[in-house]
Amino acid sequence: MTDIGILLIKIVLALVWFLVLTLYLTWAERKESAVIQDRIGANRASIFGIRILGLFQPFADAIKMIFKEDFVPVFSRKFLHTLAPFLSFFFVAITIAAIPFGDDIRIAGKTISLQIFDANIGLLFVLAMLSLGIYGIILSGWASNNRFALLGSIRGAAQLISYEVALGLSLVGLIMVYPSLRLSEIVRAQGSLLLGFFPAWGVFLQPLGFIIFLFAALAETKRVPFDLPEGESEIIGFFAEYGGLKWGLFMMTDFMEIIIVSALLTTLFFGGWQVPWLSTAGFEFPWGWKWHLGPWLVTALEVAAFNIKVFIFCWLQILIRWTYPRLRYDQLMDLGWKLLVPLSLLNILGTAIVMSL
Amino acid sequence: MMILLFFVLSVICVGSVLGMIISKNQAYSALFLVLAFSCLGGLFGMLGAPFMAVVQIIIYAGAIMVLFIFVIMMINLRKGISPERKKWTLAVSAVISVVLLAELVFAVLGTPPMPYTAAFSSGTSPTDIGRLLFTKYLYPFEITSVLIIAALVGAIVLVKKREKE
Repeated sequence: MTDIGILLIKIVLALVWFLVLTLYLTWAERKESAVIQDRIGANRASIFGIRILGLFQPFADAIKMIFKEDFVPVFSRKFLHTLAPFLSFFFVAITIAAIPFGDDIRIAGKTISLQIFDANIGLLFVLAMLSLGIYGIILSGWASNNRFALLGSIRGAAQLISYEVALGLSLVGLIMVYPSLRLSEIVRAQGSLLLGFFPAWGVFLQPLGFIIFLFAALAETKRVPFDLPEGESEIIGFFAEYGGLKWGLFMMTDFMEIIIVSALLTTLFFGGWQVPWLSTAGFEFPWGWKWHLGPWLVTALEVAAFNIKVFIFCWLQILIRWTYPRLRYDQLMDLGWKLLVPLSLLNILGTAIVMSL
Repeated sequence: MMILLFFVLSVICVGSVLGMIISKNQAYSALFLVLAFSCLGGLFGMLGAPFMAVVQIIIYAGAIMVLFIFVIMMINLRKGISPERKKWTLAVSAVISVVLLAELVFAVLGTPPMPYTAAFSSGTSPTDIGRLLFTKYLYPFEITSVLIIAALVGAIVLVKKREKE
């Protein structure tokens, strides 16, 4: 019984973390874009006259979205039109289950892993759920019965299918280096040291794989410079016929994808919750210093390290989104099929050669 | 708990396959098929074969069916098959389905019964499957991949020819 209780607590905590971070990412995006464009950004939302840099803005946005009219066009296929945003939200939200937040903790003789679903196929589970997220896009465009929406969803499906190939292939080299698909094991393997002092993070062992994964994952989030399914300035995109809360779900899906991509980049290439030279007993620096820390402090440091890494990648993705212009459709396909896929195949070959030496 | 989940998944699976056959609209048929594949994935997972479950979902539900639906939505067929072709397609499909059914029945009768737990209890991790594929089943595996590549090249050749005319 306690196992189910612990599981429920973990699920609730992970979802709360995910949704709160999503809400504040909308605020961070508005502020960061404002700084880039020399504006002030959202700063008016207040509670009793207190407005700390507009930190209450996400809640105001959420309340506005909830109370908007729930509009379903008469010409749409109503059931699928309603189902689509929930599908795309669900398949992103469920991926958080496979992400490890920290090392195992011990409470009253029980070992609890800070991860909801620790399967031996964790990495494939995340990829599977992200690939099912395409159905949200396809169904929303098709069920809307609107030409622009259908165009957007067809572009989206083509783009996501193309970049999924590069996304999967770029990870093969990483799986060869840390021979496991279990995300917790991949993170543990990154805790070892290269040459006795250098953290064995994925980015140092698989630099090419990291770059390919970064580009492919950026394309999977469907934001500028890869925002062809949306194309704000030309076709509005697959959610053209949505409003209110359902449109809000699509927007939240976007931001949640940013977070999941950041979490994956952190977990696979930047050591997950690992802090360099921090083991369960405390810091052990390669030059001989030791700094003993209690187990709770170590866990807190690890979770904080995971969060900081995720924040840095979220910030990087927002920076990219507000810096680069959109790719043309042929450039998009060329980048995916003619550059990223051959490079990732080369990466697999190179990794295999180096490992067999 | 598990038996309940099994019945829910298998009822949805069989129901969606029926829906796929009965549905007039090709897009709905394809969507029903996606649902059936996802339920199959769930059933594999319940049998203790998570790798099979995830591969089922990634390849069938996530990639192949997306392309199917993509094509169906692009072409947007409304009419279906013309009445004069309908007669002989009906006959051919009846014959094929009877043959397939017979094959299926013989295959099921031919397999020795296996207890529920023993079916997938050993060798279901990605490592085990990979090892089997590259040792015991190396030739079938390589031949299948050559077959798939041949099919891909064939499809490209067919499309190219039409362009020249």
